[in-house]
Amino acid sequence: MSSAADREAVFPTRQSLGLMKAKLKGAETGHSLLKRKSEALTKRFREITRRIDEAKRKMGRVMQIASLSLAEVTYAVGGNIGYQIQESAKSARFRIRAKQENVSGVLLPAFEAYQTEGNNDFAMTGLGKGGQQVQRCRETYARAVEALVELASLQTAFVILDEVIKVVNRRVNAIEHVIIPRTENTIKYINSELDELDREEFYRLKKVANKKQRDTAASDAEMKQKREDKAALALLDQENQAPEEEDVGGGDILAGEDDEDVIF
Amino acid sequence: MSTQEYKDRQFLAVIGDEDSVTGLLLAGIGHVTAAPDSQKNFLVVDNKTDNAAIEAAFERFTNERKDIGIILINQHIADRIRHVVDSYVKAFPTVLEIPSKDHPYDPEKDSVLRRVRRLFGE
Repeated sequence: MSSAADREAVFPTRQSLGLMKAKLKGAETGHSLLKRKSEALTKRFREITRRIDEAKRKMGRVMQIASLSLAEVTYAVGGNIGYQIQESAKSARFRIRAKQENVSGVLLPAFEAYQTEGNNDFAMTGLGKGGQQVQRCRETYARAVEALVELASLQTAFVILDEVIKVVNRRVNAIEHVIIPRTENTIKYINSELDELDREEFYRLKKVANKKQRDTAASDAEMKQKREDKAALALLDQENQAPEEEDVGGGDILAGEDDEDVIF
Repeated sequence: MSTQEYKDRQFLAVIGDEDSVTGLLLAGIGHVTAAPDSQKNFLVVDNKTDNAAIEAAFERFTNERKDIGIILINQHIADRIRHVVDSYVKAFPTVLEIPSKDHPYDPEKDSVLRRVRRLFGE
């Protein structure tokens, strides 16, 4: 990657230098914040995965107990009650409610199980015999479902956190490996261009000063030359006019004054 | 994700063998919607049920119905439609693989647990 390609397209001016510096500062702040967020989320994530592992094992045990109590029911009732139960299921007594939990700006939903009062679809189940077993079985299964609901919320949190952590890490990496180097390159570029401009300006000023000095010197020399020429001319004139002085007095004075005016 | 999207989700759904479904229905999760197009939130699967029917039920519980928050599915049934379960990555509704009486629970097959293990490099 050449340095020309890996910078932003800006004009190298002091204003954009200021902008870039602000941007770099912003990127660094954002990077550290996001990094911290990612760490907080990862910590939470590890905790959740550990709890999922535990909950899954617990679920295995709970379901086993529940199956056993169902077997008891089957034995006590003396037949398969599956069909009867499937037909009499009408309205859910066991429902779930979703609530939210905020972890570093990520909303994690959690399920909460609750039982609605008053409707019992299975009032007739086990009426003839085995009613006690049926009751016990229902309680066991209700506990099992509660465990399952807890596991489900953990799992939901797991899926969402997994997604969020990926996004946050992607952002952290993008800032660290793309945005910050690019901004730094841009700043470097602008600085070098500005230095270049400074040097050019300095050189130009030096050139101008040199030229001025040369011009002044030349014009000085010229003036001096002129002055000397005039002085020499005047001297020559005076020498030529000297013999005439005796002839015309008034005219002489005027002429002499004229001469002096011409010279100076 | 809007709050509304999962505030309505208040039921559990089951895809399982007869015993699992019976037990969970006894706990009181069974729900049948009102008369015109009454839909059950459970599906009993046995050896005669073909995979297309399971897939259809899974599809219905995950995508079509907006009132289901958790889907419980027996692991040996999830195995039969493993590609569908594995490619399901949405957070809502949650798919939970549960053990059944005849098939002990195997953490290695669970799609979420496999992700857990992969993340920790085990």
